Amino acid sequence: MDTTTVDPKKRIFRALEDQDTSVTFDDPLENDMILNMGPQHPATHGVLRLLVRLDGETIVSAVPDLGYLHRGYEKIAENTTYHEFIPHTDRLDYLSPLANNVAYVLAVEKLAGIEVPRRAQFIRVICCELARLASHLVWLGTMAMDVGAVTVLLWGFREREKIQDIWDLLTGVRFTTSFTRIGGLAQDMSDETTAAIRAFLDQFSENLHESEKLLIKNKIFIDRCEGIGYISPADAINIGLTGPMLRACGVEHDLRRDEPYLSYPELDFDIPVYHDCDTLARFYVRMQEMKESVKILYQALDKIPNGQINASDPKRVLPKKERTYSKMEELIHDFMIVNFGINPPIGEIYQAIEGSKGELGFYLVSHGEGYPWRLKIRSPSFVNLQSLPVMLKGQMISDVVAIIGSVDPVMGEADK
Amino acid sequence: MGMNSATEGFLTTRLDDIAGWARKNSLWPMPMGISCCAIEMMSFAGPRYDVARFGSEAFRFSPRQSDLMIVAGTVTYKMSHVVRKIYDQMPDPKWVIAMGACTSTGGMYRSYSVVQGIDLFVPVDVYVAGCPPRPDNLLKGLMEIQKKIERGEKPGQREKIYIEEHA
Amino acid sequence: MKDTVVEKLTARFSESIEFINEYRGELTVVLKKKAIVDVCRFLHDDDELHFDSLRDLLGADYYRPDDRYEVVYNLFSLKNKFRLRLKVRIDESDLHVLSVTSVWSGANWQEREAYDMFGIVFDDHPDLRRMYMPEEFEHHPLRKDFPLMGIPGSLALPRK
Ligand code: SF4
Repeated sequence: MDTTTVDPKKRIFRALEDQDTSVTFDDPLENDMILNMGPQHPATHGVLRLLVRLDGETIVSAVPDLGYLHRGYEKIAENTTYHEFIPHTDRLDYLSPLANNVAYVLAVEKLAGIEVPRRAQFIRVICCELARLASHLVWLGTMAMDVGAVTVLLWGFREREKIQDIWDLLTGVRFTTSFTRIGGLAQDMSDETTAAIRAFLDQFSENLHESEKLLIKNKIFIDRCEGIGYISPADAINIGLTGPMLRACGVEHDLRRDEPYLSYPELDFDIPVYHDCDTLARFYVRMQEMKESVKILYQALDKIPNGQINASDPKRVLPKKERTYSKMEELIHDFMIVNFGINPPIGEIYQAIEGSKGELGFYLVSHGEGYPWRLKIRSPSFVNLQSLPVMLKGQMISDVVAIIGSVDPVMGEADK
Repeated sequence: MGMNSATEGFLTTRLDDIAGWARKNSLWPMPMGISCCAIEMMSFAGPRYDVARFGSEAFRFSPRQSDLMIVAGTVTYKMSHVVRKIYDQMPDPKWVIAMGACTSTGGMYRSYSVVQGIDLFVPVDVYVAGCPPRPDNLLKGLMEIQKKIERGEKPGQREKIYIEEHA
Repeated sequence: MKDTVVEKLTARFSESIEFINEYRGELTVVLKKKAIVDVCRFLHDDDELHFDSLRDLLGADYYRPDDRYEVVYNLFSLKNKFRLRLKVRIDESDLHVLSVTSVWSGANWQEREAYDMFGIVFDDHPDLRRMYMPEEFEHHPLRKDFPLMGIPGSLALPRK
C-alpha cells in the first residue's frame, strides 16, 4: 500500500477494504455497508472503535481502531522514578488495579534483585486474586448486559462493592490502590481485613452461583453465546492470546503454573480449560476461575505466616513513614530513594504475571539510573483484541457485542 | 394593559419554575465513560449509591436524549474531537460535569497525548475532584447541577463549581 | 532447555548471531538484521524448540550514534514453557527491518505500535498504519528526542 498518496484519514477505510474478504455471501444488491461502532458506544467497553463492513447482516470484515485512550505511559515511565510509576499502574487495567501493582513491582524487584518476605508474598497473592474476582465480576455484569440480562450487572456490582470495601480496609482507598511498594507493601494486612475477606468469601460462592444460575439456565443467553466468536486453537496461539481467551481454546496455559511467581506453588488450585473456543466457553472459563480464586484465597488466608512485610534493604526499600520522622538514617534513605530513585544495576528483564485478562508483563531496561530507560507494558487486552477481526468474520452484526464482551478488553491497558 | 403583562410575566416565570423543577429531577445523563472513572460512575448508578434517588438513573447513550454529560476519564487529543461532537449533538439546555482529575486538569498524565483539562474545548459546569472521585462526591456534583437549575441559571450563565475531595 | 536453544541456533545461524547473553535467567540473542525472519521461522517450525507464540514485540531507542534503535522479540514456547528474547539493532540511517507477520500473525499490531512510536518501518507488513496516534500526527513520541509534553500545535483540539 502506498501510504503517501492516501489521505491519512482514509487509511483506515483502506485497511478495511484491503482485508481478505474471501467470505462472500449472496448479496442481491451487490453493495455493502460500512458501520462505525464507537468510540462512544455502550457495548465497546470504553473507547474501542470498530469499523465493520457488512453484507446484509453478515460481517465481511472488521477493523478495530485503537488509541482513543493512549495516555503515553511508556513515555511517562521514562520520566519518573521507579517508585513514582506505581500509581500509574493502577490505571492500566483499572478493573484490577491491585494485580497491576503486583506485576510492576515484581518486575522492578527482579531487575534490582530484591527478595520479598514470605508474608508480603502471601498478601500479594491475596491482592491478585481479589483483583481477579473484581475484574471478572465487572466482565460478568457487562457481558450479561450486552446480551440483555441487566440483573446480573447489578448483582455483579453489588459483590464488587464488597470487594472494594475490602480494598478500602486493606489499602485505604476503594479503587486506585497503589498498594505495593518495591520490596514489600505499603502497609500490613490487619486482622480486621482478614476477617472481612473471610466474611466476604463465605457468602460470595452462593451469590455467584445465583448469578450463574440466572444465565446458564437461560435459553436466550446460551443461544446468543454458543458457537459465536469461534477462534481455532492454532490461530489463538499464533496471535498470542493469553488468559481465559486461550484457555477457552483448550490450551492449558497459566503463568501461575508455568512460570510460578510469589507463593503460588504452595497453593492448590485447578486451571479450568474448555475446548469449545466460543463465547460460551470463555464464559465458563471465567466463571470457573472465580471459583478457583475463592479456593486460593481461603488457602492463602490459612497459610499466611507472620513476619515482616518489607525486605530489609534500606538503600532501595522505602522506610516506614513514622520512622522517617524520628530517625536520621531513615530520613536520609527516604530522601535518597524519593529524589534519586533506587538505581538498579544495568540490565534488562521481563516479568509477567497471570492477570485477569491474560499475561500482564513488564519489560524494563535499566541504565543504572533512578529512571527506567525503557519500560514496555505487555498488555493482555491489546493482544487479545487482535483476535477480533478473526472472530467477527462471518458473524451477524448483533453478535458483535457478545464477542467483544467475551474478549473482556480494558482500553486503559490496551491503549497504554 | 399593565395588569395583563404582569400576569403574563407571572405565568411564564411560574411555568419556567415548573419546567425547571421537572428538569432538575429528571436529568438524563450521557455517560461519557472513557476510562477508570467510568467504573466509579457505574458504581454511582449501581445498587449501593443508587442515583435513581435523584431521578438520573436513565443513562442515555444517545446524546440526543440527554441533557447532562458526565465526562469520566482521561480525554486524549484523539478522543477530544469525539467528546466535542457528542456535546454538540446534545439538545439545549445542557450541562457538563467533569468527573475526576484527568478531565478537570489532565491529572497525573502530563504527557503528549492527554488534553490538560476538557475546559479547553467544552464548557464545564461542575468539576468533581478525586482520582477517581468517590461515587458520593459525584452525587454531590449532580446535586449542584440540580441547585443550579433550581436557581434558574441558564447554561449560558455559568459559574463554575468545584467539588473538593473529603476524607 | 537453554543449552538446546543456544546449540541449535549457533549450529544453524552462527554467522547471523552477534552475541548471546544471559541476565537474571533470561536468554537474549542479538541477531543481524537480515536474518530475523529466517531465525524466527526456524524457531517457530522446529519440532523441539517450538516457539509457537510471540508474546511481545517492541522498539527501543538507545540514543547512541550507531545502531540507535532496537527491536526486541519476546518469544514463548508453550510446549517447553520457555522464554527467549531476540533482538535486532537498527541504525538511524536505515530504519527498515523485515516484518515477522508471516511467522506470527500476532506481530501485526505490535509492529504497527513500534512504527507509531519509533518510526521503524517493517517491510512486508500487510497494513502498516499508526496504532495509537492519529494518522495526521507527524512525530514518533517514544523517541528520546521527543519531549514528554509533546510539541505544541502538533495535535489539534476541536474548536470551542
Ligand atoms: S481521574 Fe484518576 S481514576 Fe479518573 S480517569 Fe483519571 S486517572 Fe482514572
